Amino acid sequence: MSNEEIIHKLKPIITTYAPASAALENLNEESDFIKDLNINSANLVDIILDVEEAFGITIDNTSMEKMLTVKASIEVIKEKLSEK
Amino acid sequence: MVKMTSREIITLLPYSKPFLFVDDIESINEDGVTGSFTFNPELEFYQGHFKDHPITPGVILTETMAQIGLVSLGIFLLSAEEHTFKGQVVMTSTNVEFLRPVFPGDKVTVISEKIYFRFNKLKCKITMQNQAGDKVCYGELAGMFIKNING
Repeated sequence: MSNEEIIHKLKPIITTYAPASAALENLNEESDFIKDLNINSANLVDIILDVEEAFGITIDNTSMEKMLTVKASIEVIKEKLSEK
Repeated sequence: MVKMTSREIITLLPYSKPFLFVDDIESINEDGVTGSFTFNPELEFYQGHFKDHPITPGVILTETMAQIGLVSLGIFLLSAEEHTFKGQVVMTSTNVEFLRPVFPGDKVTVISEKIYFRFNKLKCKITMQNQAGDKVCYGELAGMFIKNING
């Protein structure tokens, strides 16, 4: 799966938990969930649970702690997909 | 799993009077908890909510749901994992519907079912009943349990 395909799949998940903002419209690999998208740590957990379901992967605590930006999330998703 | 008594859990709660809204934990396991609280008519907020017409505020009912349904259960779950939880708890979302008033002196029972507990976020489906067994309020509440870095 390419980075663009992953972002395409991530965007609707993030939209559910992020207040409408310019940062959401311009979602890119550099977007930071907390700083740019105003997502709190509790909603970050929900995003990660939805990511697990959408991609059919299981995310452990160590990987979860890395997933603070779109870029880091793509890396974790790719890593978990390759382990399947 | 470590068995904890009702008293042990209540002792571990990070609240005290006048903001402790748990009298008893009747049952608790990894899937949920049932507990109760009786609203003492002397509680100060009855003087102002409402003038000459005391009714328990919805925020206090929500807090009671959270203390029994989320925090007590979270402490039980975390204590099973790592002995005694000594961190902090933060309520992160509430979505509650209110059906009936709760008056001074009423005893309520809170029944909570775990939806999930992942990455230290606990989300539960929680119902409150009055003495008659009527549903008073219900909803979904979530909180995060933050571990103290230095114990």
